[in-house]
Amino acid sequence: MAKANTFIITSSDQVSRRTILKRFPIPRNFGVPNGSQIEPGRTWTAPEGATRTKQFEVYRYNPVSGEKPRLDLFEVDLDDCGPMILDALIWIKNNIDPTLTFRRSCREGVCGSCAMNMDGTNWLACTRFIEETDSPTRIYPLANMRIIKDLVPDLTHLYAQYELIEPWLQTKTSDPDRERLQAPEDRKKLDGYYECILCFCCTSGCPSHWWNGDRFLGPAVLLQAWRWLADSRDEATGRRLDTLEDPFRLYRCHTILNCTRTCPKGLNPGKAIAEIKKRIADRRS
Amino acid sequence: MEHLSNEHIRPLSPNIHRPQLTSVRSIVNRITGVFLRACAVVLVVWLIAAASGREAYSRFHDCIASWPGQFFLLASTFAFFLHLCGGIRHLVWDTVRGFELRQIYISGWIVVATSVVLTLACWLASLLIARQV
Repeated sequence: MAKANTFIITSSDQVSRRTILKRFPIPRNFGVPNGSQIEPGRTWTAPEGATRTKQFEVYRYNPVSGEKPRLDLFEVDLDDCGPMILDALIWIKNNIDPTLTFRRSCREGVCGSCAMNMDGTNWLACTRFIEETDSPTRIYPLANMRIIKDLVPDLTHLYAQYELIEPWLQTKTSDPDRERLQAPEDRKKLDGYYECILCFCCTSGCPSHWWNGDRFLGPAVLLQAWRWLADSRDEATGRRLDTLEDPFRLYRCHTILNCTRTCPKGLNPGKAIAEIKKRIADRRS
Repeated sequence: MEHLSNEHIRPLSPNIHRPQLTSVRSIVNRITGVFLRACAVVLVVWLIAAASGREAYSRFHDCIASWPGQFFLLASTFAFFLHLCGGIRHLVWDTVRGFELRQIYISGWIVVATSVVLTLACWLASLLIARQV
């Protein structure tokens, strides 16, 4: 658990505790489309006898009820619960409200299922400590997504954008009799890019994607695009660059770098996008 | 097509992001850019006033010498340096340098600090010149 430095962040797992504002000073429901406004929810108290409790404010939405989204407040018995935010969510589901819905699988930061917004930053619920969060801990789904239920966003559009960059090895030369070999130094060029788990913490945290998400591919997909451009075995570089060279798909990135700040795997989508822009510039000259 | 028809029903998740240096620096760069366009208009008004004769120029001068006018000048100097330094930072990024998180934060704070220093230096210099004239 990295200690927070107020001014210089050196690793994306650092939590800034001492920012003056907990969120941008805009009313919660300002500019929010009809049906997406959040309404107050109910409070669920901890079971009797719990001595060490913490409050969790959780975004709830039930597509069947026809009601608007709401914020429920849960009291969690910390003595009965594991150390991570995901443990708290599972504890709530087991002990208080079995209808609480969220994605989770590996519980160790490998699968990327439990990406959500905690205290105003995107991260994986399984690798964020409860004690790193404010009181009450604020848990929302990834921002700017259509919500299927509670903390489960619809990722269909993001997967479609991922498909656009054709994330598989493409070759023109005839198939060799064995694996396509790669020199260790060429393999090294993929380090920092191949590890992406597609949790979409970065894309959901990107202001450019909030505003132009229909056409801008977003940091996660562009990082993947660079992963295939950087691969020495891939022979479709020119065509891949043609696909990306577009005012919206690539160049809506204004190097805000929320992506690099938020990546739970410590990767650098901002740098990957700069590499793509440079490769296109080099190609022209 | 089912998910398309559902999009009208499904709520959009809220945007409750905590301000951080990356996003704040970016939006400030945009705001200063828009503000500097407005300043360019004021600059043109100043030139027109100067070209129109003594009375027009003294009227403009009275406006800009008032407290709100002086505040506007200070704000525009600061916005100018903030936007200039931010732009240089972007030029460095275009060469794929300075993308480690530590470098991003250090360069961000350097931009803020340099802008403050340059603004103060600019005002100090102009006040000294004004005193000599």
